[in-house]
Amino acid sequence: MSESIKIRASVQDGLATVRLRLTHPMESGLRRDPAGKSVPADFIAELEVQHQGRSVLRCDWSGGMAPNPLLAFKFKGAAKGDRLRVLWVDNRGVRSAAEAVIG
Amino acid sequence: MEMDTALNRTRRQTLRCGALAMLLAAGVLRPDEARAASRAGFEAQTLETALQALGGVVARQADIVLTTPDIAENGASVPVTATSRLPGTTELYLLVEYNPRPLVAAFAFAPGTEPEVQTLVRMAESSRVWAVVRAQGKLHAVAREVRVTLGGCGV
Repeated sequence: MSESIKIRASVQDGLATVRLRLTHPMESGLRRDPAGKSVPADFIAELEVQHQGRSVLRCDWSGGMAPNPLLAFKFKGAAKGDRLRVLWVDNRGVRSAAEAVIG
Repeated sequence: MEMDTALNRTRRQTLRCGALAMLLAAGVLRPDEARAASRAGFEAQTLETALQALGGVVARQADIVLTTPDIAENGASVPVTATSRLPGTTELYLLVEYNPRPLVAAFAFAPGTEPEVQTLVRMAESSRVWAVVRAQGKLHAVAREVRVTLGGCGV
């Protein structure tokens, strides 16, 4: 679902700055709810960012990432109008993807 | 986990967008077997075993800049920025020493991607936070102490 991935990207002198905001509970599986029941693991396990179809960053995560993860990084060789694609899969096999244009 | 069954099982609505279905069909993320192999260290329950799983032998290194707050009021969301100045950096790992599962994240940089990430991690309690960098095949590390006033894994 694309609304689960928010992408902000800008470029200066070919260096792109990418900021991602993902909607996900990022449950480690080790937490207990207020009633004392174990909360099942539910976290984004893998995420990839592609620029014009080329992978620029791959991430493997655990439930130790904060809920609704934020991630910022930079890569070279970008231009205004280039396409970015973000894909993730969580530990339960749920997948999501979104695209954005570098502004 | 085969894709169809996984999607049928949970959050079926993820597939309602046709463009997304095409992305998924393209199979960009690694197959499950490959992913499992790349997740060495995530099950480790101590810093030491997590580092061993990443390849062991860690040299302390001043050329990694790790920025964390000295005191985190909310352990559920602690900002971390890590930058490697080591030439040939290909991967960066974030670990929280006293979390039940210390390895939090692994980042693999393609050529042209700056070896720097800015993100937020959970901290169960006050602990050292580690940034471990793989550069030219060798592991290097720095750590910073973060005091947590409200833990993030148990709350």
